[in-house]
Formats: sequence, C-alpha cells, structure tokens
Amino acid sequence: MKIIVCIKQVPDTVHVRINEKTGAMEREGVPAVVNPYDLYALEEALRLREAHGGTVAALTMGPPQAEAVLRDAIALGVDEGYHLSGREFAGGDTLATSYALAKGVEKIGEYHLVLCGKQAIDGDTAQVGPELAEHLGLPFLGFVRRVRESGAGRIVVERMTEDGADVVESTLPAVISVVKEINTPRLPSLKGKMRARSFKATTWNAEALGADEARLGFAGSPTKVVKIFHPEARRGGEMLTGEPAEVAARLAEKLRSLGVCR
Amino acid sequence: MDYFLTEQQMMIRETARQVARERIVPVRAELDEREEFPWEVIKACAAADLFAIWVPEAYGGLGGGILDLCLCVEELSRACAGVAVSYAASALGTIPIVLFGTEAQKAKYLPDVASGRRLGAFALTEAGAGSDAGGVQTTARLDGDHYVLNGTKQWITNGGDAEIYTVVAITDRNRGARGASTFIVEKGTPGFTFGKKEIKMGIRSSSTRELVFTDCRVPKENLLGKEGQGFIVAMKTLDKSRPGIGAQALGIAQGAFDEAAIYSRQRVQFGHPISSFQAVQHMLANMAIKIEASRSLIYSVARYIDSGAKDYSKESAMAKVFPSDMAMEVTTDAVQILGGYGYMRDYPVEKMMRDAKITQIYEGTNQVIRNVIGLAIIKDFAKRAQV
Repeated sequence: MKIIVCIKQVPDTVHVRINEKTGAMEREGVPAVVNPYDLYALEEALRLREAHGGTVAALTMGPPQAEAVLRDAIALGVDEGYHLSGREFAGGDTLATSYALAKGVEKIGEYHLVLCGKQAIDGDTAQVGPELAEHLGLPFLGFVRRVRESGAGRIVVERMTEDGADVVESTLPAVISVVKEINTPRLPSLKGKMRARSFKATTWNAEALGADEARLGFAGSPTKVVKIFHPEARRGGEMLTGEPAEVAARLAEKLRSLGVCR
Repeated sequence: MDYFLTEQQMMIRETARQVARERIVPVRAELDEREEFPWEVIKACAAADLFAIWVPEAYGGLGGGILDLCLCVEELSRACAGVAVSYAASALGTIPIVLFGTEAQKAKYLPDVASGRRLGAFALTEAGAGSDAGGVQTTARLDGDHYVLNGTKQWITNGGDAEIYTVVAITDRNRGARGASTFIVEKGTPGFTFGKKEIKMGIRSSSTRELVFTDCRVPKENLLGKEGQGFIVAMKTLDKSRPGIGAQALGIAQGAFDEAAIYSRQRVQFGHPISSFQAVQHMLANMAIKIEASRSLIYSVARYIDSGAKDYSKESAMAKVFPSDMAMEVTTDAVQILGGYGYMRDYPVEKMMRDAKITQIYEGTNQVIRNVIGLAIIKDFAKRAQV
C-alpha cells in the first residue's frame, strides 16, 4: 500500500503570543511543530504500512523552514518527504493550498490512500482535506476514528459524528481525514532521528508541479481576511440555585423579562 | 553546564527525555502504587530504540558507549527509577554477551536485545552470596552436550519478565574464584522457574524475583567465555555498569531537585515564597552543587571507559558510590523542602527518596565498593614504593 500523508507546520500553541495592536499571531521566534492532528494521520499511515507493507510519503507546503516537519516525519519512520516551496505558494487560502497539494499528490504519482489530520490548529478550517479530494476527483472520508479494514482496492472506516459513528466503505484511492481518537502517535526513534539528520526533501515549485500559478498563493485565493481580532472573554453568567421547580420558574420569568420567550 | 556531548549523545538525551516526559511521568505514581511491571513504557523505550544504545551496530544496535547509556539512564531515572532499572537491568544482563559472547551467541541474542523484543537480566546474587560473591552455591555440572544447573538466585531484577539471563554458577568448587562460569539461560528452559515477586521499599514497578534451577539442562554452547571465567565476566561487567547506577542516582536526584526548586517558588509562608528564605536557598544550592559534581564524575569516568581504558575498577566504583550517597541526601532534602506535602504520596519526592536508597545497596553496597576503591589505592601506593 502506498500512502501519502499531508502535513503542515504550525506554531507550537504552548508558546503562541498575540500582538495586542494588530490582533495577529506573532510567528517570529515561536517554535514550530507538526500540526498535532497530522501526527495521528502519520501514525495511522505507519500502522497501515506495518499491516500491509508498502511505503509512506509525507507531503507539505510551506516556506523553506517547513522542511523541518518532513524531518520530524522521517524520524517517526516515514519513507519519503516532499516539499512544495516557492514564493508563488505564499498567502494561499484553503482552496489554493488544496490545489497545490493535489498537484503534489499527482506528481508523486502512484498511491492508494491520502491521509490528512482533520484540521490544522492555526487555521482550524478543516477544509483542506475535502477540497483536496475534490481536486483529485476522489472519495473523501472525513473525521475517521477507526480504519476497520483496508486493502485490495477498498477501505472500511468509522466516521465520527456528533451522535456516534458511521461505518462507511469506499473504493481506493481515497482521501481520509482523521480525528485524535484514532490512535496514540508514537514518539520519534533514535534510528529515525539519525535518518532524519541526513534527509534531504524532494522540493518542487509551481513550475515543477506544472501548476497554474493563477490558482496558487494569494492570487489564487478567493478568501480575503477582513479583520483578525481577539474574541471578547465571556463574562460569567448568573447562577440560579435552589429547588429545581423554583429555579425553573425563576429562569422562565428571567427569559420572559429579557424578551427571549413569551 | 555544557558537557560537550556528541550529536548522537544529545539525540539520545533528547529522545530519552521525551519518552520520560510523555510516557513515564503520567503513569509513575500508579506503577509504584500497583507494583506493576511497566510493559507499556518498556515498549515505548523499545520503539524509541533505547535498547539499541549499547548493542554493536553489526547486531542492529547503535554501538554506543557507557556515556551514551548513562545519558539515557539518567533521563529515565529523572522520571522514574523503577522504570529505569528495568531498562538498565537489560543492559546489565546482556553486556556480558557483548563483551564475552561468541559470534554465534551475539548473532542469536543481540538483535532481539537491541529491538527491545526480549529483556535481559543478570544473576549473580544468592541468599548467601551478596557482597561476598565468592559464596555462590548454584552449580553447573557438565553432562554430555549440556550443563546441568542446580541452585537458587535471589533478588534478580527483571526476574520472570526477562527472557535472556546471564547466570553465574560454580563449575568446579575446588578451583575457588576460578571455579565459576557464566551461562546464558533462556526463559522457558525446562527446570528453570521463578519465585514470588518481592515487595520492595522503592523501585516498586521493577520486578525482583528468585530464579530457581532444578536439573536445568543448558546447551554447552550457552557457556559465556571460558569455563572458570565466571567471576571475570561478572567483575568486568560490573566495572562497566557501575557508572550506570551512578547515572540512575543522578537522575533521581535531579528529578527531586527539580520538584523542590519549583515548589519553593510556589509555596508562600510569612507572605513570601519560601525560595526567598536563605535557609531554603542554601539547601537548594547544596543540592545543585552535589548533583553537578556527581554528573561531572559520572560523565568523566564513562568517557574514560569509552576511551578504551584497561583498568578502571576504582574510577567506576567512585562513579557509583558518590552519586548514590548524594542521591540519598538530595532526595531527603527535597522531601524536607516540600515539608508535609513532601511526605505525602500526592507529590513525587517521597517516592524518589524511597527509590534513591537502593542505589546505595545494589550492584555492590557502598561499603563493599569502598573496599574496591581502598584496595586499588593500596595497590597503587605499593607499586610506587617499589619504584
């Protein structure tokens, strides 16, 4: 089984600071890590490789320093790393990003499964996975919490929903996004770190991908950020205590007085 | 302090630290309480290649030296000495194979050791043979293609959970110290059984059991080194491993110091954090001095061994005695700084104090090890007198 895992470099949330004036996140000097949800995708890919054989490739898009997440993936046991890098990719929204990743997946060529974390912890959109599947024209299985069966051109997974889970079967290749319930990611190994030390990523720019530059980066992004702001901290609500019947009556009275209900 | 570690050594320290932080710290109190062998943590250590450190590269290891091993043991011990000793005992049990094994023995056992698939254990101690290792009663009698082992080993770390045992037994009682031999005995060999798990003061997650040999037939090719070399194998192994006990003590002390330093900044009395009081500052300063002195000694001795030194019994003994006495003092002080809280099981320092005690006792009590040092000093000066 040949698996591609899409990963993203994100600021380590433990160290994130917000610029009080602009409201934007300060990335400078903040340690960067592999998006935590992507670690679950990497782990699941490695487990599928252990079960079925094959290879796991990691794919990322980002500035030169984003190669670090590919090294982290190699240290975990991933076989290959691909890096989409160039000014033309900068400032992309989810549509431009998923387009670039789709071109990267196509360029890698042969694959049976593409895995993603459900979302990145910086943008929190959860859009790149499904958009990537659309670009590739492949089935998308989102919020997967368990892979029940896989191999021989098909896969059966459990998709997490608000009420429980759906069991879904799909043909392969397919794109899957995973939730943290799926596994416990392994830690990097010494031998993996040694491999990572001498690892050089395969780096592609837009030209190498044969991508339409108008669909990449800022130029290819219909989403425009209007404003970034701190949400106001929630104020503590009013607590009603007492016997249930009495509290209910007071609550109803309160809601009526506020005009919420009649 | 910068100890000018190599890139590989820094990688080992970082990897072991991550395993300790993410896989050991969250479960250590429960492991201690339930006296449960830490299989999950051992698996995590194996997955991180920590068992590969002391195994030569030709057998799937990393070919690291004693310093590499000490760095790993220190980091694991900083989180939990019970886990760390289970790890280190596997090194102690299999270093004899690295040092004295034939090509065939190494090829058969070391790859499984390096991957962590099978744990090792070292069996010298008996009820009547502690500090006096010469008192070993277990016998091995040659019978055709096998040695037949009879006797009981006591307090064997990893006993019952390890799969590969190096066992010291008497092959010829008339030859005294040259009458002992070392054997590799696999778990599951008929006639090889285990006693009950001991209930201990500290390092409670580690397993300590009796090994019972009753007409246990061990293939002749499992003899380690030559017949009669048993005590040489044991002493050379212990000379190499003693700085590892020092590293264990160092890790325990560092862990306790960290807890005490953090607590002293949070605990407010008389309107000030207790870290602002000179009485506490001096305690912290003394703890830090002793820890750093131990670290310097252990790393220096480990480097000396790794440089290919021939005779280092004295130095290796020093790197065990000083840090283990230090760890007992530092963990006791850490409990003192935490006061009543420190005495409670809700905080980790009382466990560290219980764990520290064993480092003064096992792999040679600090008293018998001072004999080793004393004897070496007398030999040195006797030589000088002859010149």
